[in-house]
Amino acid sequence: MSEISLRGLVKTFKGPEGPIEAVRGVDVEINAGETLALLGPNGAGKSTTIDMLLGLLRPDAGSVSVFGRSPSDAVAAGAVGAMLQTGELIRDLTVRELISMMAALYPQPLPLSEVLELTGTGEFSEQRTQKLSGGQTQRVRAAVALVSNPELLVLDEPTVALDVEGRQAFWRTMREFAARGKTILLATHYLEEADAYADRAVLMAHGRVVADGPTNELKAMVGSRTIRATLPDVDLAALQALSGVSAADRRGEAIVLTCADSDATIRALLAAYPQARDIEINAAGLEQAFIALTGEQDAPATVTAAADAERTEAAR
Amino acid sequence: MIGGLSLTYLRYELLRTFRNRRFFILSLVFPLVLYLLIAGSTRHENNLGGTGISAPLYFMVGMASWGTMTAMLSCGARIAAERSVGWNRQLRITPLSPRAYFRAKVLTGYAMALISLVVLYAAGLSLGVSLPANEWLKMTFLILVGLVPFAALGIALGHVLTPDSIGPALGGGVALLAFLGGTWFPITGGFFFHFGQYIPSWWLVQASHVALSGHSWPAKAWLVMGGWTVLLSALALRAYRRDTGRV
Repeated sequence: MSEISLRGLVKTFKGPEGPIEAVRGVDVEINAGETLALLGPNGAGKSTTIDMLLGLLRPDAGSVSVFGRSPSDAVAAGAVGAMLQTGELIRDLTVRELISMMAALYPQPLPLSEVLELTGTGEFSEQRTQKLSGGQTQRVRAAVALVSNPELLVLDEPTVALDVEGRQAFWRTMREFAARGKTILLATHYLEEADAYADRAVLMAHGRVVADGPTNELKAMVGSRTIRATLPDVDLAALQALSGVSAADRRGEAIVLTCADSDATIRALLAAYPQARDIEINAAGLEQAFIALTGEQDAPATVTAAADAERTEAAR
Repeated sequence: MIGGLSLTYLRYELLRTFRNRRFFILSLVFPLVLYLLIAGSTRHENNLGGTGISAPLYFMVGMASWGTMTAMLSCGARIAAERSVGWNRQLRITPLSPRAYFRAKVLTGYAMALISLVVLYAAGLSLGVSLPANEWLKMTFLILVGLVPFAALGIALGHVLTPDSIGPALGGGVALLAFLGGTWFPITGGFFFHFGQYIPSWWLVQASHVALSGHSWPAKAWLVMGGWTVLLSALALRAYRRDTGRV
């Protein structure tokens, strides 16, 4: 039995052009001590799912259990910490005071000195929060999330505002925290980040889970390339049979091959059809990979609609 | 233990409020300057507009009602600012209970209101206001009670409006409430006299009258204030509950 479970979650928002299904049936099980990446393009429903996990949003259908409790009970017990996607710091307190204020809300917080050390906030702990740089702010936000010593730590796109150095420092902190046996849920749209820091990844696209497995397997799945070439009058089935092709598609005179092994495919393609021209090979981004995984041709439109839903929600 | 936890939170809330110098000073200076301008020029008037109250006292309580109303409602401005940076969502994923959250907001508003009151009392004394000790106390008590519905209104507005819109809303709202309550000149008859008695700010200003005549608020005052408190608290709670989205 897993410690955290999301079952059949559904959430629909009112949009300007009718209801928008941001999350449409999400099932995820998370084991204690695991670092799980929730991976997906913007608008996939990750933040909405996280809001339901934290009890900030009530699902239209489905249930959430966090260590055998409801989200609000788990939050009330101080078992959950989170770095939300949007969020700055309140002003007119020093970093030390802000972290102390948050620590005072929890039954068993980490000692202040330990939090300052762990998050690298000690060197500017006497500064007022409104005077911090973006990177420093992000570190303080991490400190606010960690100070309660939570069993479950939720990180929603935590490194978006950080430079390379900041990212490395951030992940050093989180690795150290994970090593204490804590459960971490990381929402990101960076495949590399999920691959480097998570044990397992759940891929979301347009409100659904489209894949769930160890990160290296998923990386192979979504790490595909597309070959595009002008090649009229060739049967798609024949193209599909070429070495390394996982999907073949026609767009007018052009063909688009989604390949697990593009090197093998390009050799086979040129050997079989030397007349192919205007050849382009592209790394498939996450979105293309999701489309390949879900096999839905209308996927981009749906993804955009879900992104609009999150923006609409954000604007309320 | 829970009381101790939220006390630390309250302490930092107060610290933050007093550290915001511009906000702090401006909200004290305006009622004070207006009071000195208005009451300074009418300081020898002993029976203002037939109320039986001297001008310095009448305007002292009027300005106190304005200053303390502003202090309570400015709670809402701070809440709106916190929401705009996503801080209320951060607080909601802590064990801080809504009750402790509201208590901290209301007590911060009262702290500001008390300072405003002390400043205006001092100004009143300098213009020759003199009252027996028990009337000072009775008047202060009634003003503090009369602020309860405004605390609820501030919280409700803070959870509904954005930082951009709450400034004009509070400025205009306070001016209207102050006018209807008779803050700037006595209302002794006509439509506004009858209408005003259903407005909470009216009874804030009346705190000086009842203190002078030795009575407490009439039953009607308690009913009006109680009704507004219940209504506005329900609205505040509803606004708080609905306000979980990303802003």
